[in-house]
Amino acid sequence: MKNYIIRRLLQIIPVFLGILFILFFIIDKAPGSITSNIMDPTMTPELKAALQEKLDPSLPFYVKFFNWLSEAMKGNFGYSFKHYRPVIDVIGDNIGCTFALSLVALIIAMLIGIPCGIISATKQYSLVDNGLTVLSLVGLALPTFFFGLLLLKVLAVDMKLFPIFGLMNPLNAKADFWTKLGDQAYHLVLPAIVLGFAEIASFMRYTRSSMLEVIRSDYIRTARAKGLSEKIVIYRHAFRNAMIPIVTLIGFRLPGLISGAVMTETIFSLPGVGKLSVEAVSTRNYPLLLGINAMLTLATLFGTLVADILYAAVDPRIKYH
Amino acid sequence: MTTMSGNGMTLESSKKYSYWGGVWDRLRKNKLAMVSLVVLFIIILCCIFVPIFSKYTLSEVTMADRDQAPSAVHWLGTDNIGRDLFTRLFYGGRVSLGVAVAVTALECIIGVILGSLAGFFGGKVDTAIMRISEIFMCFPFLMICITLQAVFGNSIRTLIIILSVLSWPSIARIVRGQILSLREMDYMEACRALGISNKRQIFKHLFPNVLAYIIVYITLSMASVILTETSLSFLGLGVNPPTPTWGNLIQEARNLYILQHKWWYWVPPGLMIFLSILCFNILGDGLRDAIDPKMQK
Repeated sequence: MKNYIIRRLLQIIPVFLGILFILFFIIDKAPGSITSNIMDPTMTPELKAALQEKLDPSLPFYVKFFNWLSEAMKGNFGYSFKHYRPVIDVIGDNIGCTFALSLVALIIAMLIGIPCGIISATKQYSLVDNGLTVLSLVGLALPTFFFGLLLLKVLAVDMKLFPIFGLMNPLNAKADFWTKLGDQAYHLVLPAIVLGFAEIASFMRYTRSSMLEVIRSDYIRTARAKGLSEKIVIYRHAFRNAMIPIVTLIGFRLPGLISGAVMTETIFSLPGVGKLSVEAVSTRNYPLLLGINAMLTLATLFGTLVADILYAAVDPRIKYH
Repeated sequence: MTTMSGNGMTLESSKKYSYWGGVWDRLRKNKLAMVSLVVLFIIILCCIFVPIFSKYTLSEVTMADRDQAPSAVHWLGTDNIGRDLFTRLFYGGRVSLGVAVAVTALECIIGVILGSLAGFFGGKVDTAIMRISEIFMCFPFLMICITLQAVFGNSIRTLIIILSVLSWPSIARIVRGQILSLREMDYMEACRALGISNKRQIFKHLFPNVLAYIIVYITLSMASVILTETSLSFLGLGVNPPTPTWGNLIQEARNLYILQHKWWYWVPPGLMIFLSILCFNILGDGLRDAIDPKMQK
């Protein structure tokens, strides 16, 4: 198992470097290249001169890439002029919101989606199953931005139940920690529902088809023939095996969650990485854009890695080769 | 030899008829899928024939009629410079659906070719293509779209190219998997034993068997491309106004006043996106059930 994890970690490195290389190549082609505004104005002149030499736009592309990479490894992703701060700090300020939003949405999706999928599968073709299936189709087809706008209009603007935008009420800026936390949670309710809704649908569909497959297998018939109660058959025998593909889904949904977070943050004006990247595009803030992309690529890669490891951990039949 | 090929011909032709005929018969029994098909048909017809049944043109500005609520004259009202929103809705549909068709076609061409090569030749070719597809699948999709659009500027053509280049791996993997399993079957063994050329093996014997899966994929891909394009246009990073798409028509609702008081700006395009994605998804699921007899219960 340990060897397997180490090998999978090592496999990530070439893929990550490949993606970074392509990203850098694309952004390097952009007008007003990344190298023109990577400098921190507070740097000493010597450091500035050294960086200037390293990132000279006339250097060959691959040299620039390796220079950027070696700086990035030290944690220097450049400087964001719009924020008057290093890119890494700007991302650090915004990633918490995206992370919290995605995590809450994922938890909502699992807590609602998986049980609904089980009920749907055990009562196949019943009224409940049909209803839930229709609901999941709606969930998959409703675009995040449209659903977000609808909720925003009905619940926040018209009924005034929830705040319209932002992560915190400015009046609470000096409040104590718990008030702030409560306020932030309150601001995250609507965005998390919006982001979670589509995920609920995909978890439900996966759980349903996975459960249906398991329920039809021979050992379930044996368990029933032994006279075990339906509850034990479903939750002890069937569910455990049905969970295996669902576990991997958690890792694979990460890119989708990130895309959803971009949309949700834009609609609700949340200070997250998604909104930051849209701003970075419109202000041509290339160091920031490259930094965000590198960060999210890494997150996606770790998502698939975690999925693979969980898959191997949950299913003892998988051989780590 | 002659009898063998003769048998093969009759078998193939009778199977062809019964196969697609059977698929259609099974699909026809699926009421939800048939309703979706009809709804999609209506939406597509409306988008194609909008110049005929609408009195207004795409960019006709009549300041006297600006900011109107829906009425008998302007069915979905007008925007702040007096353009008819009903007309713009279906012109927007032309762009949104057109982009979806173009992207799906392009990604399928790339994906099917690369997938067949990987599946058919195996070995190093397979490893190389699959590694590349893995890299493409690890891209944070929407982010890369945003980045690429920022760098190359947002025109419809770059959008189509970007989306198809980013999304070919899934169909490539489906085709590869199918070909890998078909390759081991007896009839392919017979093909090789008879010395049939690679090209003929791929196009005559493998491709028809993979076609069903490609058709299902095309239907589902239409839905996902519509979603991606409208999302990007909503963010202002897809198709730029004045060219309308369902995505950038909704963008108006980022203005809180319009969101609160003028539903006719953003609810109709939202419903169109929702409906078309829903119908393509249902149709795709229906097709899959109709095509794969193993799923039949």
